[in-house]
Amino acid sequence: MGEEHIAVRKVQEALPDAIQSIGTFRDETWIVVARDRLLDVCKFLKEDPELAFDFLSFVCGVDYYPSQPRFEVVYQLYSTKHHHRFRVKTKVPEDDPKVPSVVTIWPTADWHERETYDLFGIEFQGHPDLRRILLPADWVGHPLRKDYPLRGPERSS
Amino acid sequence: MAVVERGQGSVVLSKLEWLVNWSRKSSMWPFGFGLACCALEMIATAGGSRFDIARFGMEVFRPSPRQADLMIVAGTVTRKMLPVVLRLYEQMADPKWVIAMGACASTGGVFDTYAVVQGIDQYLPVDVYIPGCPPRPEALLHGILRLHEMVLKGQARGTSLRG
Repeated sequence: MGEEHIAVRKVQEALPDAIQSIGTFRDETWIVVARDRLLDVCKFLKEDPELAFDFLSFVCGVDYYPSQPRFEVVYQLYSTKHHHRFRVKTKVPEDDPKVPSVVTIWPTADWHERETYDLFGIEFQGHPDLRRILLPADWVGHPLRKDYPLRGPERSS
Repeated sequence: MAVVERGQGSVVLSKLEWLVNWSRKSSMWPFGFGLACCALEMIATAGGSRFDIARFGMEVFRPSPRQADLMIVAGTVTRKMLPVVLRLYEQMADPKWVIAMGACASTGGVFDTYAVVQGIDQYLPVDVYIPGCPPRPEALLHGILRLHEMVLKGQARGTSLRG
């Protein structure tokens, strides 16, 4: 499923070893790529003229606690030229929560990656200014992690 | 203002205290800032002719805490906003009063989470709590009139130093 999407076909041709898996749900297709190939794939998706994913509409984290690898970072892409959408995911292990930053490819990733860092504690390597964006600067912990107590550490019950 | 001596003078002093309290409650200027949906009900109470807070000498919502007497905590106080609210309260001159407007300001409301202060009375001396989510303007006016009554009777001293 999903192989018919133009982005999947083109990535398979250009970077055959980058795709870990392909998924589709209700006509929305995504690929899962390894962390160390993320920048290659993103650069290709943006620069290939038939794909031209020039707009990164969203970056977010997902916590699959207690499964391993625990985290996932999701990139929602859109092409203002071809008006098509695509989604790229990458798995992030709990003991090494680091992902290369895509700020150099899509500058808009700056604040999205800061938000993901703030709430999930995933570190974006190469980010120009990785600090908290929503929570107070002195906050301890990352509240969107599934093991973070809903009422906060001091009132957990 | 304390009554220092018993006798003839005390009548004058207690009258004077009543006069001071009466003037305080009759021109109690609220501080115009809001935090969530309650703020819109506060604006409806303050700004429109429909509810007309000017009847109670309170139409002057001050944009500066230096000129305000009453802080209406109108809405959800997040942990990130809390230092700002406290700073603004400290910038108000004595005597000053606090109304916790709505469920969030009183108890945290439905937001029983890490991000929200569970009642501003943990940090500020609240004189009147107004229930509702958000309270109707009539409820806010009722709370304000209750505060006026307390000020007139000397039940709400309006200082940040509570004995």
